[in-house]
Amino acid sequence: MLSLIVFTPVVGVLLLLLVPGSNHRAIRWIALGAALASLGFSLALLGYDPAGSEFQFREDLAWIDAFGMRYTLGVDGLSVVLVLLTTLLSVVAMFYSFEPIQTRVKEYYIALLLLMVGMLGVFVSLDLFLFYVFWEISLFPMYVIIGVWGGPRRIYATVKFVLYTLVGSLLMLVAILAVAIAHAASGQPFTFSYEALRGFAYADTLQALAFVAFFLAFAIKVPMWPFHTWLPDAHVEAPTAGSIILAGVMLKLGGYGFLRFSLPLLPDAAVSFAPIVIGLAIVAIIYGGLVAMVQPDLKKLVAYSSVSHMGFVMLGAFVFNEQGLQGAIYQMISHGITTGALFLLVGIIYEQTHDRLIEHMGGLNARVPRYAAMFGLFTFASIGLPGLSGFVGEFLVILGAFRSNGLIAAAAMVVVIISAVYMLWMFQRVFFAVPSDWMRRFWPTLRDINRNEWIALSPLIVLVVVLGVYPGPVLEMIAAPVDRIIEAVNGAGLTGFGPLW
Amino acid sequence: MDLLIALIPALPLVGFLFAVLVGARLDRVPLHGHGDDHHADEPHADADHGDGHDAHDVDDSAFRSVPSEEEQRATSPHAGHADDLANAEGADGVIPADMSDGLGQAGHVAPGAERPRYRSWIVPTALVGLMWAFSMVVFANVIFGHNEYEVTIYEWIASGDFRIEISFLVDALTAMLLLVVSTVGFLVHIYSIGYMDGDRGFWRFFAYLNLFMFSMLLLILGDNFLMLYVGWEAVGFCSYALIGFWYKKPSAAGAAKKAFIVNRVGDLGFGLGIMMIWVNLGTLQFGEVFERIGTLDEGTITIIALLLFAGAVGKSAQFPLHVWLPDAMEGPTPVSALIHAATMVNAGVYLVARANPIFIESPAAMWTVAIIGVFTAIFAAAIALTQNDIKKVLAYSTVSQLAYMFFALGIGAWVAAIFHLVSHGFFKGLLFMGSGSVIHGAGGEQDMRYMGNLRAKMRWTYVTMVIGSLALAGIPIFSGFFSKDEILAEAFNRGYLLFYAVGTVVAFMTAFYTFRMIFMTFWGEWRGPKAVWDHIHESAPTMVAPLAILAVPTVLAGLVLGIPPEEGVIHTWLEDVFHEAEEAHAGVLPGSYLDGYIQKGEAHHFEIFGLGGLLLLVGAAVATAGVLLAYRWYVQRPGSAERFVDRIPLGFGPGMYEASVNKYYVDDIYQLVWARGGVLLSNALWWFDAKVIDGTVNGAGWLASTVGAGLRKVQTGRVENYGLGIAAGLVLVLLVLATVVR
Repeated sequence: MLSLIVFTPVVGVLLLLLVPGSNHRAIRWIALGAALASLGFSLALLGYDPAGSEFQFREDLAWIDAFGMRYTLGVDGLSVVLVLLTTLLSVVAMFYSFEPIQTRVKEYYIALLLLMVGMLGVFVSLDLFLFYVFWEISLFPMYVIIGVWGGPRRIYATVKFVLYTLVGSLLMLVAILAVAIAHAASGQPFTFSYEALRGFAYADTLQALAFVAFFLAFAIKVPMWPFHTWLPDAHVEAPTAGSIILAGVMLKLGGYGFLRFSLPLLPDAAVSFAPIVIGLAIVAIIYGGLVAMVQPDLKKLVAYSSVSHMGFVMLGAFVFNEQGLQGAIYQMISHGITTGALFLLVGIIYEQTHDRLIEHMGGLNARVPRYAAMFGLFTFASIGLPGLSGFVGEFLVILGAFRSNGLIAAAAMVVVIISAVYMLWMFQRVFFAVPSDWMRRFWPTLRDINRNEWIALSPLIVLVVVLGVYPGPVLEMIAAPVDRIIEAVNGAGLTGFGPLW
Repeated sequence: MDLLIALIPALPLVGFLFAVLVGARLDRVPLHGHGDDHHADEPHADADHGDGHDAHDVDDSAFRSVPSEEEQRATSPHAGHADDLANAEGADGVIPADMSDGLGQAGHVAPGAERPRYRSWIVPTALVGLMWAFSMVVFANVIFGHNEYEVTIYEWIASGDFRIEISFLVDALTAMLLLVVSTVGFLVHIYSIGYMDGDRGFWRFFAYLNLFMFSMLLLILGDNFLMLYVGWEAVGFCSYALIGFWYKKPSAAGAAKKAFIVNRVGDLGFGLGIMMIWVNLGTLQFGEVFERIGTLDEGTITIIALLLFAGAVGKSAQFPLHVWLPDAMEGPTPVSALIHAATMVNAGVYLVARANPIFIESPAAMWTVAIIGVFTAIFAAAIALTQNDIKKVLAYSTVSQLAYMFFALGIGAWVAAIFHLVSHGFFKGLLFMGSGSVIHGAGGEQDMRYMGNLRAKMRWTYVTMVIGSLALAGIPIFSGFFSKDEILAEAFNRGYLLFYAVGTVVAFMTAFYTFRMIFMTFWGEWRGPKAVWDHIHESAPTMVAPLAILAVPTVLAGLVLGIPPEEGVIHTWLEDVFHEAEEAHAGVLPGSYLDGYIQKGEAHHFEIFGLGGLLLLVGAAVATAGVLLAYRWYVQRPGSAERFVDRIPLGFGPGMYEASVNKYYVDDIYQLVWARGGVLLSNALWWFDAKVIDGTVNGAGWLASTVGAGLRKVQTGRVENYGLGIAAGLVLVLLVLATVVR
């Protein structure tokens, strides 16, 4: 089943190769069909039994036996929710792209489908080398998507994005090799199997080095402060669908990496490094919000708000308790939905005016009220209004942080003010008062959300409400993985391998 | 009964969904206004004193005359078709007109414009009416049947040992709130039918009102602190949406944002307080928390209580977070009546009252509550004295009256606080709706300097508003007299003489500014433009009826609930809720001079021919004096106020007057420090981000590519060069770090 989910998009790619590039209609529907099929298959994962064994839907095939690399797939609750998020947002992004993308349509959809393969593979791999391969596969389609269909400075942005991430992933490769070799050096068979490597007690120095290497790879992807500067550039230049996937899923690869690898594989190092990571997370939360406040470009504002929101993921992950970790995962899902939707909405106005400057807007509520209402919905979801999805994750993370230290929680809680300031100030300037002189030129032709856009948005609208009102099933799904992480970390004792300095 | 309780919040939620989904199709508003549009089509002649107070009117009309997508859809023959169809229509003929209208010019009344049709109010209002009926049943059952109900709907969040249920609790305290919220809420719905007539956002308004009712009911019905917080945030959102309802006015949009953000400052504390409770006690359910709170040390309890109180300060607009409430008057007046006078702003008082077992454990927290209350009471009253906008007077009055309640809570007079909450909810709701009727009748004018003699044309409004004002001023037999004097008497009896003195001064100021408002509005000569005078008329029955209905509890609430003073029936009703708190230390805190003199549990008895009677007499005299002074200064000898200001010794008068008019510059200071300072800091950080952090990143890239250029003979691909270069650099960094780590 997992192979089916991951490789159905490849079938789509093969079919696309047979279609002439000029037949846009067929290309779009084939690509969407493949993505929808993958989404459909992924729904089967809802059958995951939270009370059952850890990894279900397993597949295990020999791959490169000489080096102990196997094709091992399997999902736990954490993987399940992220796979579903990926397939859903991919479908949304593809459907939304029907109208905006009119050049090199075939290549565009091939890139999106390959991107999907890479991201899905990352979430289901149980072999570290396989994980690395999928990780790299996910990188290059995005490089192409930004570089070809992006904005005016797309080359700068995409080169920066890809080099930055590449540096991280090369370090990760080194760390993976080091871990596997250390494991083998103790007389065990040479393997990249996650389950085998996880239970092993690595030497402190190795843990520290491997942790730093993993950390850089994942922190760049998340992105954590101060490794975040590629993100605003990439978002600003990326086409709308690229932004949706980038913010909605790709950032979660980093968060997933921390939860899947850094913590369980290297628990002592994780405990020892936790104060630093928490510090950086707090900086990201506050700093991201403050910088978002003064961004003139809507997409940059949302990008910096992502830095702030992903800071919550990191904070929750490194306080090592149920509330924090569950909150972190929930925050990833919620952030994927709200930020994906916000980028989609920004795209709708951008397609019409080819401009995203906040000062060029104003008064839109009068002209496009439905658009304004939807933007408002996701704005308030993003600032954590109870009843919408953002609240649950944010509250749980801060609660988890409070359990470990009240002052950390207080610092993180400042975000309730900052996020309200930057989001509502933006909302006021874009939707209230009267249109700017610039916007008036577009006033006669400005249109509200059209049918296609409604279809693309509707699953996100439903989810943002449902996840806010009834988080039970998702929390239940991620409870067991979270408990396992805590178990691993607790095994490390309270001090890891002792204070760093 | 359980089902009934569950239905109480559910009904407005259904109303909200209904209004959102089909409301737009039920209303039909002609494109360019209509004949009966009392705001838009009247020649507006106040350009001669155009210091901004006419913004409401002009922008309002602008708002009304701009067709939005919905309205076009609703009016178009193709209503209900696919969106792009509507968009296509939008792109055709209508927009040029829209363009000009949207920018604030008066809407041209299209010839043969059809009368508007409104139907979107029916279902939401009916549902709220039903909700009111259910609430009354529950109220009676709880109060007279001495019942308490707990209803669990479902488990909301379950994360490890953190488990939160959506569940409701109805005890006597909730029942009292339920009485106020559902009654005023229902009446405001009816009132809005008339008030919002002619507004293009009609259905939207009812949608938000219903959502507000739902949120407010969650707030008061919730059985744990997190539910309270959910309702708390949700009413904050509704308040945002409704203050900014006329979003075309920049001032309204700004006020909405300000309200939400200032509230969030308080919520920061509230949220942390909730977390601290859970971390220390492992539960958020009210009963369990209150049972276990005694196990904590006093320092922890004090921090928890103060954090909770921070939320209350924000929501109930107490100093120093009071700045949002007066600005919130930018919203439509029914909103001011419902949210910013009778219900939502009481949430802070409710929170402290509900958490009374926490607060009584911490004298420091109680003192803080009392001091903030007393200070805000006189501070806000001192601003209300000089305001000329009728709604601003009432807004500062609300701040001041809420402060009375906190003052009462702080000294342990729990029941008196709730008593005042109930009576204030009724009479302030009445006064706000009355002011809305005045504004409506006077063609959108809000500045009392351009009103006068309205009693000649608005009988009902006048009579009901005077009743409300008598209650607010604390004139005997009206509800405010009993509730306010109970607070003052309790302060006196418990030995807080300074608080009592300040409270009495505030009572005098209250009576003065209240009747200053009445006399400036309804008495004397009409001071506005002549053309407006001819159009002034009594408001529609849907608006006047709620005034008349609210006048009943305004007159009777005190007599029914508050006699004999300090031992009225409301004390019996609320006995279970506050029993232990009253026992704890008879409301006398360490530091009060009666500390040690009053024994625990010793009841104080009211005697009409004793101290109690004397205090009542003082209260009545002070209130009457305030009314008489207002009469002398604003009816008998207009201009006295100015002369009085000039006669204040040492020339402080004009300065003091200016300071009061300018709200003691608190807003300006906040603007400078927080708004300007925040943007400055953010810009600095942005510069740091672009130059320092990103500069380092790009510098590393540049370095790598320069090194790579030297190695070009061996390498070919450019990207790889970059990559290897940076990788090498970072590995180096890693090695250095590794040596440091170990």
